Amino acid sequence: MASTNGTKQPLLEVRGLRAAVTATGQEILKGVDLTVNVGEVHAVMGPNGSGKSTLVNVIAGRPDFAVTAGQVHYAGQDLLAMLPDRRAREGVFLAFQYPVELPGVRPWQFMKASVDALRKHRGLPEIGAREFDAMFKAAVKEMEMDADLMKRSVNEGFSGGEKKRNEMIQLALMEPRLALLDETDSGLDIDALKTVAAGVNKRRGPERSVLLVTHYQRLLGYITPDFVHVLVDGRIALSGGPELAHELEAKGYDWLKESAGTAR
Amino acid sequence: MVPRQALEANLVTAPKVISRTSTSDDLAREYKWGFVTEIESEIIPKGLNEEVVRIISRKKEEPEWLLEWRLKALRHFLSLNYEEPKWAKVSHPPIDFQDIHYYAAPVKQAGPKSLEEVDPQLLETFNKLGIPIQEQKRLAGVTEEGPSKVAVDAVFDSISVATTYQKTLEEKGIIFCSVSEAVKKAPDIVRKYLGSVVPYTDNFYAALNSAVFSDGSFVYIPKGVRCPIELMTYFRINSANTGQFERTLIIADEGAYVSYLEGCTAPIRKTSQLHAAVVELVTLDNAEIKYSTLQNWYPGDKQGNGGVYNFVTKRGKALGKNSKISWTQVETGSAITWKYPSVILQGDNSTGEFYSVALVNNYQQADTGTKMIHIGKNTKSTIVAKGISAGHGQSTYRGQVQIMPTADNATNFTQCDSLLIGDKCGAHTVPYIEVRNPTARMEHEASTSKVSDDQLFYCLQRGLDPEEAHYVIINGFCRGIFKELPFEFAMEASQLLRVSLEGTVG
Ligand SMILES: Nc1ncnc2c1ncn2[C@@H]1O[C@H](COP(=O)(O)OP(=O)(O)OP(=O)(O)O)[C@@H](O)[C@H]1O
Ligand SMILES: [Mg+2]
Repeated sequence: MASTNGTKQPLLEVRGLRAAVTATGQEILKGVDLTVNVGEVHAVMGPNGSGKSTLVNVIAGRPDFAVTAGQVHYAGQDLLAMLPDRRAREGVFLAFQYPVELPGVRPWQFMKASVDALRKHRGLPEIGAREFDAMFKAAVKEMEMDADLMKRSVNEGFSGGEKKRNEMIQLALMEPRLALLDETDSGLDIDALKTVAAGVNKRRGPERSVLLVTHYQRLLGYITPDFVHVLVDGRIALSGGPELAHELEAKGYDWLKESAGTAR
Repeated sequence: MVPRQALEANLVTAPKVISRTSTSDDLAREYKWGFVTEIESEIIPKGLNEEVVRIISRKKEEPEWLLEWRLKALRHFLSLNYEEPKWAKVSHPPIDFQDIHYYAAPVKQAGPKSLEEVDPQLLETFNKLGIPIQEQKRLAGVTEEGPSKVAVDAVFDSISVATTYQKTLEEKGIIFCSVSEAVKKAPDIVRKYLGSVVPYTDNFYAALNSAVFSDGSFVYIPKGVRCPIELMTYFRINSANTGQFERTLIIADEGAYVSYLEGCTAPIRKTSQLHAAVVELVTLDNAEIKYSTLQNWYPGDKQGNGGVYNFVTKRGKALGKNSKISWTQVETGSAITWKYPSVILQGDNSTGEFYSVALVNNYQQADTGTKMIHIGKNTKSTIVAKGISAGHGQSTYRGQVQIMPTADNATNFTQCDSLLIGDKCGAHTVPYIEVRNPTARMEHEASTSKVSDDQLFYCLQRGLDPEEAHYVIINGFCRGIFKELPFEFAMEASQLLRVSLEGTVG
């Protein structure tokens, strides 16, 4: 189990979560338990195909997966009972491993619509265009995104790294309580990696929790997680502190695969 | 209108089926322009015959030649034996052409001095149409002309009720008025060009329109003049059982430019209404006409009852060399749309463009597209058509590109994209290409797609509700067309899209 500090407030509590591919019924998550407290950063690692993306997508409510057993609580509420857009408005943000292109949709307009949807949910009026523009420009600058790219359609013709930065811009604008980052570090050059890491670190604090999926110790060199979990074949095979990432880097996953299913 | 399946079974060729009234009380669909205005109006009895045509002509104090032209058109129409064209992919019960009022006009008020004096119902209507108050005042004829960008003409039940900015326009020698006024003000121009692009023999509805047209807008831009403001007409069907037959004629003389906009709405009615307009555009050497339409006639309810039958002939003749005619249309309304804004590229180096968004929802049917007829050398045409089908809607793109033997080095680019929402709707593409000159260069692209689940989830994950998510994606799909519209119109178009999609996703 992740949390050991009894004084901490849990933000996300995953209990015995099982999920299958909706179309085929193939089970991917085979009983996941995980607690992320307010203000914590957790890293999820594990071999390809072990279910990392599935886990964060199920938390975000992607309809491609069906939950077959277990519970997820978010800020004390039953997260699985909420529709995906509601989850987003309640502060669950997913930076996609493969962000999708929206032809003809301008990033500025799209992100303003997001921000307004969140504000409306909180009973606030629409944000003024000028105020939003300032926020938008600041976020684009912070993530060192080429401003000209933002005149295109959302993600259209963006390189892999540019798509990831674009996810970070949206994270900055939406200020989620729970950020799920699915391999946001993959495909980034070293400068971009630092930018993304700085973006995450800047947002660490008592009002935000982060669950980041990564394959590389490299990112964890910049973001020190509170906990590291290893997902193997749909189950958390091992959890530990930041040092676990180093151990994995040295040993790989094979030794865990044999003992998969005996999560601690 | 009745639902599609039932309707196909009932389709008969006899012209006399009057009742399309449904027993359903469900007018639930949000159509915010669905009000009726209680304006005193003058209406002539139902029916179509020479006497009716004579009455219309007399009411409008028309010259003899025009009456003769109308009568010829009527005789031609009657000779067609009420046989409507059948090639379009739309279906509806036969229309009883004797069961329609061919003339309804608001009773004219003489020169109001203040807003209070204006028929409050008329003002209320302007309000509901979303016309800004300053424009309303101008329309009602009570304010001085001020600085603004749009001159508005309002046409109620085919009668022009008010036109703003006369002074500004007159100074430049621009004529912007109703066709009936133009017959008096500029008889030579009207006589020369009326029917020169769309002769009354052109098609069934054009013949009907030529016989009974009541009004519409007329624009003449003199040599070398760039019209400094957008010209706009609001068309409104108000009275019940009234056909709307307006006729618009726009002429851009050598080197002239004009951007013209039309917006259309109609009240919610359980029975269908017929709208058969004709629009003719002519550009002389080096002239350009940009014609934009937001068509939002009442589309009928969710079950497909009521709605406007929109059977329109729009054609431009790029007569002069280096001239250009550009059509942009956003079609979200009407139960049935049958409309092919076309360009005859006669002048050498002339250009024709067609940019279209057609959205069908519930039981709407749209068969729309364009014709580009290349006659002159180095003529160039561009067609970008976007069809969106939702609910049980059926949308067809029908396009014809014709390269005549005289048209050396003609080029055409055609792009047709269809977007489907749900699995009960349909999209069809029917391109005809006829090339009779080997130097022609033709390019054609077509795509059909669905709003993808991945795109939707991405939007939902950003907090947008499903309706907003669809709207954002569809709006993106239409962007290439919307950017062709004047700015205010683009905003309105995207707003229309949103309203038309309401209730599409749950
Ligand atoms: N929509 C889907 N349809 C069918 N199978 C799927 C679907 N999504 C995921 N899977 C399968 O589920 C398993 C877990 O996939 P997931 O994407 O969660 O892995 P991952 O741990 O994120 O891998 P990677 O490190 O490669 O990103 C894989 O075998 C994958 O093929
Ligand atoms: Mg993955």
